[in-house]
Amino acid sequence: MKNLISERVADFIKNYPPFNVLDSKSLFQLAEQVLIVYKEKNSIIFSVDESQHSHFYLVHKGAVTLSNPATSNILDFCDEGDIFGLRPLFANENYKLEARAHEESILYGIPIDIFRPIAKENEEVTVFLMESFASNTRNPYAKNQKGQLYESDDNETISNEVIIPDLQLASYSKKLVTCSTRTTIQKAAEIMTKRQIGSILVIRKDLPVGIITDKDFRNKVISGKQPITATVKSIMTTPVITYPKNLTITQAQMAMMKSNISHLVITEDGTPNSAALGILSKHDVMVSLGDNPAVLVKAIKRTSKIKKIKQLRKSVMVLLTGYLEQNIPLGLIAKIISELNDTCIKQVVEISIAKMDTPPPAKFAWLALGSQGRSEQLLHTDQDNALVFEDVPEEDLPKTTTYFLNLSKHITKALNTIGYEYCPADMMASNPKWCLSLQEWKNKLSYWIGNPGPNEVLMSSIFFDYSLAYGERNLLDNMSEHIFRTVEKYPVFLVHLANGALQSPSPTGFFRQFVVEQDGQHKDSFDLKSRALRPLIDAARVLILSHSVKAISNTWERYEKLAELEPNNQELYLACSYATKALLKFRTRQGLANHDSGRFIQLDQLSKQEKMKLKRTFKAIKEIQELITLRFKVTNILG
Amino acid sequence: MGLFKKTPKNLPEYWSKYESLFKDPQSKNFDELIFVVLDTETTGFSFEDDRILSIGAVKIKKETISVQDVFDIYLTQEKFNKETVHVHGLLKNGQRECISEILALEKFLEYVGNAIIVAHHAGFDMGMLNTALVRHGLPKLKNTVLDTSVIYKKTLIKSYLVQPKPSYTLDELAEKFSISKKDRHTALGDAYITAVAFLKIISRLKEKKNFSLKSLIR
Repeated sequence: MKNLISERVADFIKNYPPFNVLDSKSLFQLAEQVLIVYKEKNSIIFSVDESQHSHFYLVHKGAVTLSNPATSNILDFCDEGDIFGLRPLFANENYKLEARAHEESILYGIPIDIFRPIAKENEEVTVFLMESFASNTRNPYAKNQKGQLYESDDNETISNEVIIPDLQLASYSKKLVTCSTRTTIQKAAEIMTKRQIGSILVIRKDLPVGIITDKDFRNKVISGKQPITATVKSIMTTPVITYPKNLTITQAQMAMMKSNISHLVITEDGTPNSAALGILSKHDVMVSLGDNPAVLVKAIKRTSKIKKIKQLRKSVMVLLTGYLEQNIPLGLIAKIISELNDTCIKQVVEISIAKMDTPPPAKFAWLALGSQGRSEQLLHTDQDNALVFEDVPEEDLPKTTTYFLNLSKHITKALNTIGYEYCPADMMASNPKWCLSLQEWKNKLSYWIGNPGPNEVLMSSIFFDYSLAYGERNLLDNMSEHIFRTVEKYPVFLVHLANGALQSPSPTGFFRQFVVEQDGQHKDSFDLKSRALRPLIDAARVLILSHSVKAISNTWERYEKLAELEPNNQELYLACSYATKALLKFRTRQGLANHDSGRFIQLDQLSKQEKMKLKRTFKAIKEIQELITLRFKVTNILG
Repeated sequence: MGLFKKTPKNLPEYWSKYESLFKDPQSKNFDELIFVVLDTETTGFSFEDDRILSIGAVKIKKETISVQDVFDIYLTQEKFNKETVHVHGLLKNGQRECISEILALEKFLEYVGNAIIVAHHAGFDMGMLNTALVRHGLPKLKNTVLDTSVIYKKTLIKSYLVQPKPSYTLDELAEKFSISKKDRHTALGDAYITAVAFLKIISRLKEKKNFSLKSLIR
C-alpha cells in the first residue's frame, strides 16, 4: 500500500547508493515494505554470531558503529545514508560484527527478499555491491593501528570483513587551481592569495608538469633569484610526483617521505601523461589521521558547514582517547580539548551569524556555562549557555532581544547537530530568560545574590562558572565586577552558597564502603558526578568567590590559586586540585569506554587499585567540606 | 456504578471481537507492549457538530514501525465545513478514496485491537472517535491512552527556569527532537511525527526511577 510514509521513505533512500539508480517503481516497491526502527543510544542492532535478520539497514538519522567486540576495534562508522548488515545476508552467514547505535538513531530496515530480485535485475546495483564488499573502503574513523597491517589474532573467516585502517583511502582536494607554464610569478601569487591556497599546479597541454608552493616563492623569488615578472616555469618544482586515485593514507605518507615533498598530484592513470584530478597535500593526510590538534583547529576554522564540524568532532574524540592511553597529564588534555571545543563553538556561532539576514545590531557575548565554562568538558554532554548583549536604548530593546533570541535558536540547534544535547533544564540562550541585555543580567544577578533561596543558589552555582565562548570580553568583565560588588553588599549570600556546596550526598558510608544508587536505571552503580566531583567543584566556587578572584573558572586552577592565597591551607587545596583532576580523568575514561557521560560507575568493573585511588580522593572532599562548614559558619545560620 | 450502566444489546460482531481482546491483561514488560499512535483530522473542534475527515495511525512494536502496517483512511462527509479545509488541505471527496464513518470505525477497531493508544492532545482525538462510536450506538474505546503532550513534560527537569507550559504543540516537539515536519497536517503525517517523538520521549524517561506504563498514565 502506497502511503505518505512510504513516500517519505522513498524520498530519503533515493538519494543514496545503491538506491539512487533504481527506477521509481522499484523504489516504491521497496519503500512500502520498509521497517522504521528506532534505536536508543548504545543499543545493539545485531551482535556477533546472531543469525540473519530479514532486513539490512540504512541509517536515516543518527549513526551506527560496526565493531569487533573481541578486540573492541571500531571497524566502520555509518552515518546518515550509509547501509550496513547487507553482506552477511548475501553471503548467507551469521553476522561477523556487532552493530551498535552510536547515537540515538532511526534506521530503515530494508527487506532482503524484496531487494535481492531488484539487485539482480539492475546491473549498476550489482556492481555497487560487488565493489563495496570487495574493497570495504568507506571507513574514515577506523581505529588507528599503525604498523600493523593484519590483525595477527584473527582467523581467516573474519579477515575478509575486517577493514584495515592503513588501507584507508586518502581524500584529496578535487578543486584544482592551475596556471600555465607561461603565467608570470606575480600572477600565480595573486591567484593563490585570492583562492587562499598554498600550492598551484602548473599545466601544459592539459598535463601536469610542475607545482609551485609557498616555499618556492620564498626560496626562489624573494631571495632575488628570479624577478616576479619571470614565468612560473623558472621556479616550479618539476617533474611532479603523480599517483593514481584510490591512494591509501599510508602510501601517501610513504611517497611524501620518500621524495621529501609535501604535495602529490593525483592523475587519471597515475602517470604524468594523463590529466590531473586533484592534489593531495600533507595537510590532507594529517586531517585524515586526525592526530594533530593544530590541524584540527585549522580544519574547523575553514569549514562553513555544521555537518563537517560534527565529523571533525569525532576526530577530537579519537585524539582524546589517544591522550588518555598515553597518560598525558589531565590538565594538559583538558586545555587542548577545551581549546578544540571552543573553536567548534566559535565556528558554529560564526556560521549562525552568517545565516542571519542582518549582522548583529549590538555587541554581544556568548557564554559557556557549567562544565564547559569550567573547561572541564571532555566528553560530549549537555549544552549550557547564555547570551549577553550591550545595553541599547529602551525603544530598541524588544527588537534587539528578538534578534538575539533568533540567533541563539540557530546556534543551539547547530550545537545540537554537532553533538551537544539540549539542556533538559532549558539553561540555554534560546530561552528568553538566558538571553538578556547587560542591565537585565545585572538586575537578575543582584536578585539572585540578594534573595538566595534554593533556586537562586542553584542558578548562581551554574552561572558563576561562566567563560567567554564568543564575542566581547568586556561585557563579561562588567558582569563579573557586578557580581563581586553585590556579593560584598550581601555577605550572607556566600553562606547560602557554602551551604549549597555541602548538600551533595556523601561518597562513602559509615564503614567506608562506596554508597551506590538504590534504584532506577543506575541501581548499584556509583554516581561519580554528584557524589565526588560536584562537592569539589562547588567548594572551589564559593571559596574563590569569597576571595573576589575573577576570570578563573576551572576547578583545579581555582584550587591552585587558593593554595597561593592561603599558604596555611596549601596542602589541602593542592590535594583537592589533584583529586579533581584524578576524578575527571576517571570519569572521562569511563565515559569513553562505555560511550556515555561517564557519570555512573559499575564498581565491580574497577580494579582494587582503582578503588583505592578513588577512595583517596574522598579524603580531600571530606576535609574541604569541613573547612567550608567552619569558615562560613554554615551551621550557625541555617541550623 | 456498573449496575446502572446501560449495556447496549445487539452489538455487531466486530465489536465483540474487539472487546474480547481486553480479557487478558497487558504485558508487564514495557518492551513487549504494542502502541498505536494516531491522529485525526476533523472539520472543527466540536465533538458534536464536527466530523472526522481522516484517521491516520502507525503501529509500534519493539521500537519498530512497519511501513506496510499503517492506517490511513479518509471518510465521506455529509457535512462540510469550509473554514478548516485550507488548514488540512482535505477537500470533500477529493482524489482520495473515501469510506463511510461506520466502516472507518470498524476498520479502526480491527487495526487498534487492545494496543495502547498514543496521540498528541489525545483528549481531542479520543473525544472525536468516541462521539462517533456513540453516534452509531457503540460503546466507547476501551484502550489505555497516552498523551505525548503530557508525557513530554515528564522529560523536563523541574527548575525555576522551566515553568512548563500548560501544553506543548506537536510543532514544538518536532523542533525539540529534530523531526522533519514534512506532511504536517495530514493525519498519517502527524501520527508519524507523534510516533517518533513518542519513541524519543520514552527512551529519555526509561532512565528515570520507577519507569513503567503506570508512571506514564499519571
